[in-house]
Amino acid sequence: MSNFYIILTGSLVAMSCGILGCFLILRKMAMVGDAISHAVLPGIVLAFLWSGSRDSLTMLIGAGTLGILTTFLIEFLTHKGKLQSDASIGVTFTWLFALGVILISAFAGQVDLDQECVLYGEIALVPLDTIILASGTDIGPYAIYLLGAVFLMVVLFVSLSFNQLKITSFDPQYAISLGISATFWNYLLMSFVSFTTVASFESVGAILVVAFLIAPAATAYLLTHDLKKMIIIACLIGILSAVGGHYLAMSINGSIAGAMASVAGILFGIAFVYVKLTSKKVAKLTSGVAVST
Amino acid sequence: MIQQVENPIIEIHDLSVSYEKKPVLWDVDLTLPAGKLIGIIGPNGAGKSTLLKAVMGLLPLSSGYINILDKPLKEVRDKISYVPQRESVDWDFPTSVYDVVMMGRYGQLGLLKRPKKSDKEIVMDSLSKVGMEGFKDRQISQLSGGQQQRVFLARALAQQADIYFMDEPFAGVDAATEKAIVELLRQMSKEKKTVIVVHHDLQSVARYFDWIILLNMRLVASGPIEEAFTPELLQETYGGKLTLLTEISDLIQKNRFPNRE
Repeated sequence: MSNFYIILTGSLVAMSCGILGCFLILRKMAMVGDAISHAVLPGIVLAFLWSGSRDSLTMLIGAGTLGILTTFLIEFLTHKGKLQSDASIGVTFTWLFALGVILISAFAGQVDLDQECVLYGEIALVPLDTIILASGTDIGPYAIYLLGAVFLMVVLFVSLSFNQLKITSFDPQYAISLGISATFWNYLLMSFVSFTTVASFESVGAILVVAFLIAPAATAYLLTHDLKKMIIIACLIGILSAVGGHYLAMSINGSIAGAMASVAGILFGIAFVYVKLTSKKVAKLTSGVAVST
Repeated sequence: MIQQVENPIIEIHDLSVSYEKKPVLWDVDLTLPAGKLIGIIGPNGAGKSTLLKAVMGLLPLSSGYINILDKPLKEVRDKISYVPQRESVDWDFPTSVYDVVMMGRYGQLGLLKRPKKSDKEIVMDSLSKVGMEGFKDRQISQLSGGQQQRVFLARALAQQADIYFMDEPFAGVDAATEKAIVELLRQMSKEKKTVIVVHHDLQSVARYFDWIILLNMRLVASGPIEEAFTPELLQETYGGKLTLLTEISDLIQKNRFPNRE
C-alpha cells in the first residue's frame, strides 16, 4: 500500500505541475517555478516563528504569501524596472532564499527546520503521516488529500479559463485589445503556480516540483503541436516519471524524489532523440524559424 | 496641413506618449473621417506603431485623450479590431490556424462559453475572405510570412468590427499576399468599414489610401491624399533624406492618383 501512496503522491504533483508547466513554458516563464520554490523559504520560517507551530496550514499560508509576493516582485522588476525577465527572476529568488537561510541560521536553536528538507523533501515518509478519524479509522495519508484537492483545483481552473489562458499566452496585446486583461490572467496563473508549488514541496521537495513543472511540459511541447494534447501528454509523462522513478529508486535503494526527477529528464531525452530522428520538428526549438510551405 | 472633420469616427486630442520619460509622440491632435482607408506614414521611429497602440489602450498616455465614435475606448471595444505586427507573437505556439482565427470571437464569448455554430461560420467566412480556408487545420508553425499575415487579418475580420487598426500588414509579405490584402482593404472600404494602416512603403501610398496621416513624433499632416501627399509635406516628415525624396517626388508625378478599378 505504501508503494501505491508514494506513486499516487508523485503522480498528483506531476499532473498539477505538468498542466501549469505547459503555460509557463509557452509564456517563456519556465524558471518562475524554480524561483517560487526557493523564495518561499523565508515565508515558512517567518510563519513558524510567528505561530510557533509547524502544522501544515500555517506553513502553507506563510509560503503561499511569499510565493505570490515573488511573482509580483518579478513582474514589477520586469515591467516597471525594465530588467530582463530572467534577470528579475534570478535576483528575486536568490535574495529571498538567502534571507530564509539567514533566518534559519539566526534562529537555529528555536527552529526545527532545515533547508535540506525544504529542497529535497521526503516523499518516502508520505504514507506514514495518515489522517485518523475520531472513530479510529485510518483514511490514508494526509498528503494525498491535500495534493488531490490541489490537482482538482488546477484542472477546474484550466478547463474553465482555457481560452483566456491560451490567448494571453499567445498574444497578450491582442487579448488586451479584446478587453481580456493579460495582467489579471498572468497573476492568477502565477498564484496557482505558487500555491501548487507550496502545497507539493512539503511532501516531495522543491527540486522535484521544479523538475515536474518543466520537464514533462517540455517533453510534450516536442511531441505535439496542439495545446490540449500537450497538456494531456505532459500529465502522462508526469505519471510515467512518478511510476518509473519509484521503481528506479527501489532497485538502486536511492532517493525517490531524485529518481523521479531523473526519469522525467530521461523521458525528455528520449523524446528529443525520437523527434530529431523522425522529423525536422526539432528545428523549431533550436532555430525558431517557421518552416515555410 | 491638418484637416479636421465633422462627426469624426476617431478624435485624438493633444495626445503625448513617452517611453521612460523620452517622448515618442508630441501633441498629436487630429480627427478622422468614417469609412476611409487611412494610412499612417512616417520614418522609422516616428511613433507610427505607438500611435496605434495608444489608440488601442495598450500604452499609458502622458497627456490627452482619445475618443472613438464619441466614446472612450472601453465602451466601444466590440466595434474595433487590432492587427498587431506579425513578429509580435511566437509562431511556434502549439495551435492551428482555425484556433487562432477563433480568438477573434473570444471578446464576445466571455468566460466559460464554448463557440456556437454562428461563431464557427464567422471563422470559416473570415478564413475564406483571406484565401486561407484550405489551411484551417494547419499548424501555425508551418505557415509562410504571408500566410501568417493573412491569419492575423482573418482573426481581426472574425471580430466583425467597424474600425480596424493594422500595424504594418504589408511588412515582409509576398506579392500575392500584398495583392490579396489590398483587395481585402478595398472590399472593407466598400462595406463602409474604417481601416487605419501603419505603412512605410511610400511608393504604394497613393494607390492604397484615401486619407493619410504624416507623422514624425509630431503630427505633420492629416488629410485627403490629394492634399496631404505632397513633396513639401513629405520633406517635412522625412527631414534630410533628400535622395530618397527626389525619387519619391518623381514617383508622385508619375503615378499620382491613378484610377481605382
